[in-house]
Amino acid sequence: MKKLQKFMSLALACTLTASFITGCGSSESSEGTNNATTENTAETSADSATTGTFKIGGIGPVTGGAAVYGLAVQNGAQIAIDEINAAGGVNGYMLEFKFEDDEHDAEKAINAYNSLKDWDMQILMGTVTSTPCQAVAEKTNQDNLFQLTPSGSAPSCVQYDNAFRICFSDPAQGYASAQYIGENNLATKVAVIYDSSDVYSSGIYENFYAEAQNQGIEIVAAEAFTADSNTDFSVQLQKAKDAGAELVFLPIYYKEVALILTQANDMGYAPMFFGCDGLDGLLAVENFDTSLAEGVILLTPFAADATDDLTVNFVTKYEELYGETPNQFAADAYDAIYAIAAALEQSGATPDMSASEICDLMKTAMTEISVDGLTSSNITWNAAGEPTKEPKAVKIVDGVYTAM
Amino acid sequence: MSFISYLINGISLGSVYAIIALGYTMVYGIAKMLNFAHGDVIMVGAFAVFTIVSTLGMPIRLGIIVSILICTVLGVVIERVAYKPLRNAASPLAVLITAIGVSYLLQNVALLIFGANAKSFTSVVSWSGIKLADGQLNISGVTIVTILACIVIMIALTLFINKTKAGQAMLAVSEDKGAAQLMGINVNGTIALTFAIGSALAAIAGVLLCSAYPSLTPYTGSMPGIKAFVAAVLGGIGSIPGAMIGGILLGVIEIFGKAYISSQMADAIVFAVLIVVLLVKPTGILGKNIQEKV
Repeated sequence: MKKLQKFMSLALACTLTASFITGCGSSESSEGTNNATTENTAETSADSATTGTFKIGGIGPVTGGAAVYGLAVQNGAQIAIDEINAAGGVNGYMLEFKFEDDEHDAEKAINAYNSLKDWDMQILMGTVTSTPCQAVAEKTNQDNLFQLTPSGSAPSCVQYDNAFRICFSDPAQGYASAQYIGENNLATKVAVIYDSSDVYSSGIYENFYAEAQNQGIEIVAAEAFTADSNTDFSVQLQKAKDAGAELVFLPIYYKEVALILTQANDMGYAPMFFGCDGLDGLLAVENFDTSLAEGVILLTPFAADATDDLTVNFVTKYEELYGETPNQFAADAYDAIYAIAAALEQSGATPDMSASEICDLMKTAMTEISVDGLTSSNITWNAAGEPTKEPKAVKIVDGVYTAM
Repeated sequence: MSFISYLINGISLGSVYAIIALGYTMVYGIAKMLNFAHGDVIMVGAFAVFTIVSTLGMPIRLGIIVSILICTVLGVVIERVAYKPLRNAASPLAVLITAIGVSYLLQNVALLIFGANAKSFTSVVSWSGIKLADGQLNISGVTIVTILACIVIMIALTLFINKTKAGQAMLAVSEDKGAAQLMGINVNGTIALTFAIGSALAAIAGVLLCSAYPSLTPYTGSMPGIKAFVAAVLGGIGSIPGAMIGGILLGVIEIFGKAYISSQMADAIVFAVLIVVLLVKPTGILGKNIQEKV
């Protein structure tokens, strides 16, 4: 029995250490970049340094299946923070930014939130994905801490009055997708493949379904899958094919879409594929044959090839610093930091206030500001936390996102 | 036409389950333990091929051979380090829990090395398959190769066990470890050989699984591993033809459930079938009913 205990504890210890190392590794690296950037900003704006800094926390998946989003948000936000600090900060106060990993997992997001609270976070820019965001929204509401999510699109992410968002909500995305397909006469027979175990996916699907009727779109097949059966899509595709769907609507994340495109190609089925912001990241999947994604359309508020000054400046900086083209999530995060800065300026909050005092001021200030951001010009917010802005669509042509 | 297409997809998915289930069933039959880390050995095999072929740019055949070697060594090492010292532990639960520990260890090490971003696996089968009935019916090359591989492996294993000395030794060990040892059979060696073969099969299963469903993450092996375990139990755990039948049945039921009942309920249907089969025939379809002598 002694021997058994020894072995079990050894095995468990190994497992724990392994997961611990992974966790640590990522947070260390993010801290590393933070330190580096804080030093930078200290140099560039040493003269304007005032008595305090606003502590802004960020949470998102830096590792895990949705890591493309978390990394983009972390990088995009960092660019905005550095720009604001270089320009003299908010009302003379610097911004300090710390990003924690949640691996797209609700429980880990709460842990990340708690460790940011220990760091004395005053404002939360996060979380990146919907499911963890809902969990964290409960905590920020209890603590009365101001939360602005760049990309948490489920309705309940902003159900409390302390939470706002930059992206469209799931209902708005489903609604806008149906409208876009209808108004541009892309197809009349549409099949949907969605993840019934994910709130993001099923939320979009329900609203797409409701609006499709009004647009004269016939949904010929609506096929679900779950997190436990997300590798084989042959049946769903076969049903869409048999029903004669001209367009397949994919309100899901890019990981499954990469599989769906491969399997559709294998069975010789080539309809039009249309998705939402979850498809962003598709072209970044390692070793993915991007020719399969040719012609895929996605509804997203940001196209990196736009020619306005703001986008060009952001894309150039991002490519210089991180060596890749920013996606919509990076743009959402960039806008989120600017929205926080604008609201802080409007509210007249100071860093010596508690998180709860800042939150009360920010709630009103958010509805009074208007932000010209990357994802839309003149974004405004209502008290429910929803933004008002224009949807855009991009198409994948020759392996890059191209504005339509 | 779509019925035939569903059937082929079901058999293809089932063949992958069957190859994984063969590994489960062999280890259970001979060492009388459930190796829950089997699914993760599959993942290791797939990552080995991915690294050798996609990252290092070596030829596919070399990748598969090296991957089989890596998994074989890994299987033997796992058995020697984590399972063998517990083989005579007071409770059979000990080795089961260790197996779960090994499973998490492999997942987390892979997470550490490769990160959790999904990688797109390049299919090892470049043949595009057969088109029938004016392109209405498309059987992909991977599907055909998977089904053939499954049949070949099953026949080879059956021959190996029934016709070779080492195979006979395995049968003897599975029936009575103590008696086999008295007859001069190297029990430790035989069990190590079982793990080596089981893990080599896992490498092949990993390559075929990721060729058919080309998304590779550190968690790739865990769900197919559980389903294959169900397949092994369904077919009668310990029985080699049983694993094959159980695997293919499970794949076909899963696809038909998705196609004709509900795409959301597919997994629930699969597990409901398992419960019904076990209620009617507790030893599984081909399981032998061995009476324990008191």
